[in-house]
Amino acid sequence: MTKTDDRLLGWGRYPRLPQRATALTWADDALPAGTDWLPRGLGRSYGDSCLAPAGGLQLHMTGLDRLIAFDPATGLLRCEAGLSLSDILAFAVPMGWFLPVTPGTRFVTVGGAIANDVHGKNHHVQGSFGDCVRRFALRRSDGRVLTCSPTENADWFAATVGGLGLTGVILWAEIALRRVASPVMDQETVRFGCLDDFFALAAESEADFEYTVSWVDCLARGKSLGRGLFMRANHGPAFGAERRRPARRLSVPVSPPVSPLNRLTLSLFNWAYYRRPVPRRAAVHYQPFFYPLDAIGGWNRLYGRDGFVQWQCVTPAEAGPEPVREMLDRIARSGQGSFLAVLKTFGSRKAPGLLSFPRPGTTLALDFPMKGRATLDLLTALDGVVRACGGAVYPAKDARMGAADFQAFYPQWRQLEGFRDPAIRSAFWQRVTEA
Amino acid sequence: MRKVLIVGATSAIAQATARVLAARGDRLFLAARNPERLEAVRQDIAVRGGHAVGAFAVDMTALDRHQALIDAAVESLGGLDLVLIAHGTLPDQAACQGSVEATLEAIQVNAVSVIALLTRLAGLFEAQRKGSLVVISSVAGDRGRQSNYVYGAAKGMVSIFLQGLRNRLAKAGVQVLDVKPGFVDTPMTAGFDKGGPLWAKPEQIAKGIVAAVDRGRDVVYLPWFWRPIMLIIRHIPEGVFKKLKL
Ligand SMILES: Cc1cc2nc3c(=O)[nH]c(=O)nc-3n(C[C@H](O)[C@H](O)[C@H](O)COP(=O)(O)OP(=O)(O)OC[C@H]3O[C@@H](n4cnc5c(N)ncnc54)[C@H](O)[C@@H]3O)c2cc1C
Ligand SMILES: NC(=O)c1ccc[n+]([C@@H]2O[C@H](COP(=O)([O-])OP(=O)(O)OC[C@H]3O[C@@H](n4cnc5c(N)ncnc54)[C@H](OP(=O)(O)O)[C@@H]3O)[C@@H](O)[C@H]2O)c1
Repeated sequence: MTKTDDRLLGWGRYPRLPQRATALTWADDALPAGTDWLPRGLGRSYGDSCLAPAGGLQLHMTGLDRLIAFDPATGLLRCEAGLSLSDILAFAVPMGWFLPVTPGTRFVTVGGAIANDVHGKNHHVQGSFGDCVRRFALRRSDGRVLTCSPTENADWFAATVGGLGLTGVILWAEIALRRVASPVMDQETVRFGCLDDFFALAAESEADFEYTVSWVDCLARGKSLGRGLFMRANHGPAFGAERRRPARRLSVPVSPPVSPLNRLTLSLFNWAYYRRPVPRRAAVHYQPFFYPLDAIGGWNRLYGRDGFVQWQCVTPAEAGPEPVREMLDRIARSGQGSFLAVLKTFGSRKAPGLLSFPRPGTTLALDFPMKGRATLDLLTALDGVVRACGGAVYPAKDARMGAADFQAFYPQWRQLEGFRDPAIRSAFWQRVTEA
Repeated sequence: MRKVLIVGATSAIAQATARVLAARGDRLFLAARNPERLEAVRQDIAVRGGHAVGAFAVDMTALDRHQALIDAAVESLGGLDLVLIAHGTLPDQAACQGSVEATLEAIQVNAVSVIALLTRLAGLFEAQRKGSLVVISSVAGDRGRQSNYVYGAAKGMVSIFLQGLRNRLAKAGVQVLDVKPGFVDTPMTAGFDKGGPLWAKPEQIAKGIVAAVDRGRDVVYLPWFWRPIMLIIRHIPEGVFKKLKL
């Protein structure tokens, strides 16, 4: 039976494609027969890169969640690919280990983190997730299992890191954890009044702070364009951890019939968030620091039945602030602001994957309630700005970019196509390569 | 720090329960049919910092191996405080209707092997006058339905056996817990469409099992809402029930 089941959509719940599902619980379970299936982690990709082509089959990996080995001397962890980063942290933090790279939610799987070569707020120090992966096993539909590392089957390693799940099923991976002294972060927050100040703060902060990220008020215009709050932090020393345990998770059980996230609440939020009193320096638990949205389970439902779209780009360092200014200006003028506009600079490290998204430059992430044409037109215009300056848009957050734009952002896509498992395909890949 | 034997340790529900028990410091002895999978589960518990003190590969339909299993567990753990019996299969009802062999095999795995093991364990627990025998049956055992009555009959046999055993072992202060899950998202139900509020995750069932052990319960429906649902289903008059498509 094929239907659109909310559990089987991307995190933005757009597009609503009919999907079927089955699971891989043991590494030697039979793979699905036939074609047009796709491995799937926790479905935290926003658009259709975690969806099979319409009517196709998702192969759920979250039952493959066993730990295999851990070396407490070096921090090398070997685990199955369906294990979540949340489970890794629950296991590792009490022993003083941490993930070198983590995205803005801990509810992603190791396999998903590899397949999108995800990045965190410390890209300028640690690179992307693939940089902390030492080895993994890749199972192909023809029965082969390849062990891949930067030196063994290196071409398959590079194709699979950031390979959008297309090269085969990742069964297990070895991840090099890093030491931390405590679960507490030592965080500073600095308010900045315009885009140039953001770039100045970023340049000034990168030497002394491992983590940097900014929230931008995307409704501000004119002189205030690009104003926001700059957060910078390091792992803290061992104090105050127990006092600051994160609160219980809340959750949004169902979609409200009318989304509370509308233009009015958006303006109020951006206005108030920019002005909210922030202590310049504070000790915060790692969970609210890295994963503020994880505190509300199912927050994506707040956007209502029509869902929402994320959009994230990177503009090259050489292009400077101008493309970012132009994009923020277009967004502010469109009036379709985003609650969470995030701006950050990437470091100069070359990403390990063939199709990895991170590259030296500035990354801007936005989310918009899905309002049909108006939303899509704005994003197409933003794609154009990115394309003109030689940047790229992030597939993990995409539900709508045009095939021509994708192929301009990722000319290496043809090479990845050569590594694709003939049985595997995603709705995203079909959309951006077969149009 | 209880001494725990888990039979069918590679089942999704058993694995989730083993993680909860191991995190509490219990010492585990794991038994399952497939040696590679058993080793993967043992490693998982051990790497997480749990005490997985031993493992034993056994097909539970080999009834003559049960005593060796119990002896190995007792020796390795130095006794037994808790046994969880979790192995099982969900037979294809249509196939059973056309095959005596398939029907008897389903009953062999889901009922006979469980009752055989419990028979050996009962004497040991009665003599030591403490501990818990925990068995996963199913809501399917509460009433026979056309879609699932071979499995249901086997689970129902186990539940009635547990009732009697509880009645006997109550005098010795031994807990006999019958765990009745509803729909759980595990490999056993791989062919099902798992949308909707009735489906639970193995982690939820595991928490429920451990809580029921702690509270000394006799029968637990997991999640709890299956108790009122099954109450209604059990009370539909047979004249009406036989006409329903269930
Ligand atoms: C609140 C929030 C914040 C986020 N913040 C960031 C961020 O800061 N940085 C960032 O980079 N991303 C971020 N993301 C995106 C998210 O990190 C990625 O989309 C991630 O890949 C999701 O992992 P998943 O396990 O949910 O995989 P899914 O979304 O289910 O799948 C993602 C891809 O992985 C593939 N895949 C999954 N498992 C396997 C496997 N075992 N073998 C082979 N392929 C597999 C799938 O085929 C698919 O192509 C964020 C998402 C959310 C919801
Ligand atoms: N899932 C549900 O919806 C549901 C609902 C109610 C009750 N239950 C019951 O819950 C229990 C656990 O099932 P589950 O849902 O966790 O399913 P599962 O993951 O499929 O586990 C079933 C386990 O039983 C084992 N097994 C089967 N035959 C065996 C035999 N002859 N000897 C030894 N082991 C054998 C299997 O081992 P292999 O790996 O070697 O095959 C497997 O580990 C079962 O008793 C089931 O009937 C499940």
